Amino acid sequence: METLLGIKGPDFVMLAADTTHARSIIVMKEDQNKIHKASDNLLISTTGESGDTEQFTEFISKNIALYKMRNGYDLSPRAAAHFTRKNLADYLRSRTPYQGLHVCRWVCFRIHQRYDETDGAELAFIDYLANAKSLNHAGHGYGAMFCSSIYDRYWHPNITQDEAYDIFKKCIVEIQKRLVVNLKNFNVSVVDKNGVRNLEPISAQSLTDYNASS
Amino acid sequence: MSILAYNGGCVVAMRGKDCVAIATDHRFGVQAQTISTDFKKVFHIAPRMFLGLTGLQTDILTVRDRLMFRKNLYETRENREMAPKPFSAMLSSFLYEHRFGPYFIEPVVAGLDPKTLKPFVCNMDLIGCPNEPDDFVVAGTCAEQLYGMCETLWKPDLQPDQLFEVIAQSMMNAFDRDAMSGWGATVYIIEKDKITERSLKTRMD
Repeated sequence: METLLGIKGPDFVMLAADTTHARSIIVMKEDQNKIHKASDNLLISTTGESGDTEQFTEFISKNIALYKMRNGYDLSPRAAAHFTRKNLADYLRSRTPYQGLHVCRWVCFRIHQRYDETDGAELAFIDYLANAKSLNHAGHGYGAMFCSSIYDRYWHPNITQDEAYDIFKKCIVEIQKRLVVNLKNFNVSVVDKNGVRNLEPISAQSLTDYNASS
Repeated sequence: MSILAYNGGCVVAMRGKDCVAIATDHRFGVQAQTISTDFKKVFHIAPRMFLGLTGLQTDILTVRDRLMFRKNLYETRENREMAPKPFSAMLSSFLYEHRFGPYFIEPVVAGLDPKTLKPFVCNMDLIGCPNEPDDFVVAGTCAEQLYGMCETLWKPDLQPDQLFEVIAQSMMNAFDRDAMSGWGATVYIIEKDKITERSLKTRMD
């Protein structure tokens, strides 16, 4: 039901995530932030079972922080994605009762994103099976099904932050028009050489005057 | 649908005269949706040896990492390069260790023996039953189509350039009849003194 979107540019990565927290047929709240700041230049957005997403993102962020404390330098973007993937893969395969129970209920999709001064931008797509791939644009959830064609049309290697934000607008217009689930509001965050910033959320209200074809 | 066909993709390897070839497609999908078109399923693991893995992408990555670890450990202990045959035996026993909770992959090994330079191809199922024929091996969602193409085009003692043509045509015409594979391909030709990598432009639909 929930939707995550991500776009990689030459020197930044931008993420959008809906803010709906629903349990069964009930919407619990509409201001749930699903984009977590894992370190100075790392964002992780997760969807799925709410306890698992919170627990897992925290586990990953704290271990990345621990690595930095122990070694005096940060994990590279690829290493951070590899670490996340390996943890998820080991979790999925483990047979210890606690984890086994945990894993069957784990429906946790994530886009793991980071900006690094040396390696540039990296956007990692990781799903609940720990399938992982570094991508230029990615999405998770039903809403993302409407977005791949929009990405293919508008994404280009030298994309700017304004253009990326505009692509998210186009995607969200489409999601709110075509998806049967009501995803009113999307948080948007960006990570670039200046670190992590939250941008203006994109909501049904803010899109009332938006012309997607312009 | 089988979990082996969750992400799609295919790999084929062939023996030639004093050479071997291995080819991979580029698709990475989640069921029918294509996520990426630059995922190569063939890995260069020793100077004259390649490992191709098809199946569930998460297990492709895990098995590749774990095998590299075991191979490096072997090479450190023995202080010599690992030949394709013992590598395949190691892979087979690795997969059988997980007999009742397997990795959902179908591996293909292609290479030249470091000492004798004899061509070697091998594939196995997900629990490590090995198959070492003199001609070709196939794996992936279009294995049936690949068998058909390889059966018609392959003949003994192909030279490297002929072998490239045979494997490229087999690959392309097989995965063009499969929605889960394709979106470009890469062919590696392994000879005793060089490795040639060629990218194939194919249908993107």
